[in-house]
Amino acid sequence: MIRLEGIERVYRVGGQLVRALAGVDLEIAAGEYVSVMGPSGSGKSTLLHILGLLDRPTAGRYLLDGRDVTGLDEAEQARLRRETIGFVFQFFHLVPRLSALENVELPMQIAGLPPAERRPRAEAALAAVGLAERARHRPDQLSGGQRQRVAIARATVMRPRLILADEPTGNLDRASGREVVELLERLHRERGMTLVVVTHDPELGERARRRLHMRDGRILEGTQA
Amino acid sequence: MRAGETLAFAARSLAAHPARTALTMLAVAIGAGAVLMLSALGEGARRYVVREFAALGTNLLIVLPGRSETAGATPGLFVGMTPRELTLEDALALLRSPHVRRVAPVVVGSAPVSRGGREREATVLGSTAELVRVRHWRLARGRNLPEGDPRRAQAVCLLGATVARELFGADPPLGQWVRIGDRRFRVIGVLAPQGFALGVKVDEMVVVPVASAQALFDTSGLFRALVEARSREAIAAARRDVLATLRERHRGEEDVTVVTQDAVLAAFDRILRALTYALAALAGISLSVAGILIMNIMLISVAGRRAEIGLLKALGATPALIARLFVAEAGVLAAAGGLAGIGIGLGAVELAARLYPLFPFAAPWWSAPAALGVALAGGIGFGVLPARRAARLDPVAALASR
Repeated sequence: MIRLEGIERVYRVGGQLVRALAGVDLEIAAGEYVSVMGPSGSGKSTLLHILGLLDRPTAGRYLLDGRDVTGLDEAEQARLRRETIGFVFQFFHLVPRLSALENVELPMQIAGLPPAERRPRAEAALAAVGLAERARHRPDQLSGGQRQRVAIARATVMRPRLILADEPTGNLDRASGREVVELLERLHRERGMTLVVVTHDPELGERARRRLHMRDGRILEGTQA
Repeated sequence: MRAGETLAFAARSLAAHPARTALTMLAVAIGAGAVLMLSALGEGARRYVVREFAALGTNLLIVLPGRSETAGATPGLFVGMTPRELTLEDALALLRSPHVRRVAPVVVGSAPVSRGGREREATVLGSTAELVRVRHWRLARGRNLPEGDPRRAQAVCLLGATVARELFGADPPLGQWVRIGDRRFRVIGVLAPQGFALGVKVDEMVVVPVASAQALFDTSGLFRALVEARSREAIAAARRDVLATLRERHRGEEDVTVVTQDAVLAAFDRILRALTYALAALAGISLSVAGILIMNIMLISVAGRRAEIGLLKALGATPALIARLFVAEAGVLAAAGGLAGIGIGLGAVELAARLYPLFPFAAPWWSAPAALGVALAGGIGFGVLPARRAARLDPVAALASR
C-alpha cells in the first residue's frame, strides 16, 4: 500500500539545515500494523507527516496504492487525505465548540456528504468507540480517554484504509491509554485498516506486529514479530 | 462543504467569541447606519428644496428673451446676444393659447427706494396683478396691483415685507408715498413674508405695474414672462403655443427660450440627488474602516485557531475550503452588522422625522441595499487576506501550535 523511496526531509532552522529524514526506504502492505519508535528528534513524527501527506519530502518518492503522490498539488492531497487517511493525534484536536457527534461529522461535512447520510454514520462511529451516550457532549465535558475515542471515531468515520496515530496515548493515563490502544487494534483487526502508530513508549510499540526503530532520520531495523 | 453549512460553521465560530464579534458588528452597524442616516438627510434636503421650489408656482413656464442652447437652471444668467426683445405685447399675446391660464410679464431693475429719511436699495419688479397669483404670494395688507390695461403706468406699488418694515417701521404703510428712483409711488399693498424665489428674496422686493417699471428703467423689453399652464398635462402644449406665437410675432425667428418649471425642478433634483449620493459615499468610507476592523479580527481569529485549521487540513479540507470558511465568517460579520445598522438607521430616521416634522427626512429606497452591499463587499474584501493566510498555513506547523 505504501512505498517510500529515498525519502529525505531537510528543514532550515535558523541558519542550520536539519535532516529530519535522511533517506528512508519503506514498504507497508495493506492491513499491516506498524509501530514507529525512537527518541525525540529521530524523525518519526516527520515520517508520519509525510505518510499523511501533511508534509512534503525534500527528495525521494512516495507511492500510495502504486500512485506517485509526491508531486500532487494541495487540493489533490487534501482529497486523498479525506478519502484514504485517518489521523489520531496526541492532543486529540477536537473542535471545542462542536459536540462529539459534530466533531465526528466534520470529515464527512468537509467531504460534502448530505446531512441525512452523515448523522447515522457518525452515530454508528461513536457507538463503535462506546460513546453513543456522549454524542451531545462537548469536548470539555469529556475525559481525556473519551476525547481520544471521539477522535478515533472521527478518524475512522470516512472508512479510510490507513490510520496514522501520533502518540495516541501520550496524553492519557495508563488505563485510558490501554483502552484507546485496544480500540485502535480492534478497528485494525475488524476492518482491515492499515495502522501506523508513532510512539516513544516501548510498551505500546511492542504490541505491533512490525516495529520500526528510528534514529537520526533513518530506519535502523524492522522487527517482525 | 455545502454553502449553508459553510455559513453555519462560520456563524458558530463567531458565536464562540461573543464580545469581539459583537464589537466588530457594532462597527459595521455604525457605518451602515451612517449611510442610511446621511442619505436620509440628503434626500430630506432634496425633498425640502423641491417642495419649496414647487411653491413658487404651479405648472409654470418661464419665457426668456434670447436663444440659449445651454440647458440649465437659470439660462437667464447667460443670455448673450439678444436679437429681439421680448415685449409686453408679446407677453399679452400668449394669453391667446387655450392652454395658458395666466401670463405675468416681468421687468426687473434695481433702484433706491426711500420714504422720508429712510432709503434702501431694492429689487424692483414690474408686472401685473397676475404675478402675485402665478407665484402664489400672499398679501399681508392692502390689495394687489390694479387690474386693467397693463400698458398704463400707474404710480402704485406693493412692498416686500422687509422693505415695508425698514421704510415704515411701526407706521402703517398703506396709502403712503414712497420714492422709487426719481418717481413717487403710493403703497397699496404689503406682501407677506415669502422667503426665497428663484434666488431672489421676495421680502426685499418692490412690485410696481409693468408699464411704470418700463418707464422707470427706460426699457421697452421684458426681463421674462411667467406663464401658467392650465394643468400639468397642458405644460407641453402651452410651451408649443408660446413658441409658435412668439415665432410668428418675431418674423419666424425662434429667439426666446422657454424653461419649464419641471426642467428647473429637475435640475435642482439632480443636484441634490448627487449631494445625497456624495453623503452616502462619505458614510461608506466609515464602512471601509469597519472592514479594516473585520480584517483585524479575522487575522486574530486565524492566529488563534491555527490548530483547528491544521486539523481541518488533516481531515481533508482543501485550501480553497479553508479560505471559504474564513471569508464566510467575515461575510456573516458584515451582513449581521449591516442589517443591525440598517435597523438602527431606519429607527434614527423615524425618530428625526418625529422630532423635526417640518424637514422631510426619508431614507431613499437604495440606501438600505447600498449600505448592506457596501458592508458585505467591504467585509468580504477585507476578509480575503486573512482567509488566504489561513489557507496557506502549513498543516504540520499549524497542528503543532496549541
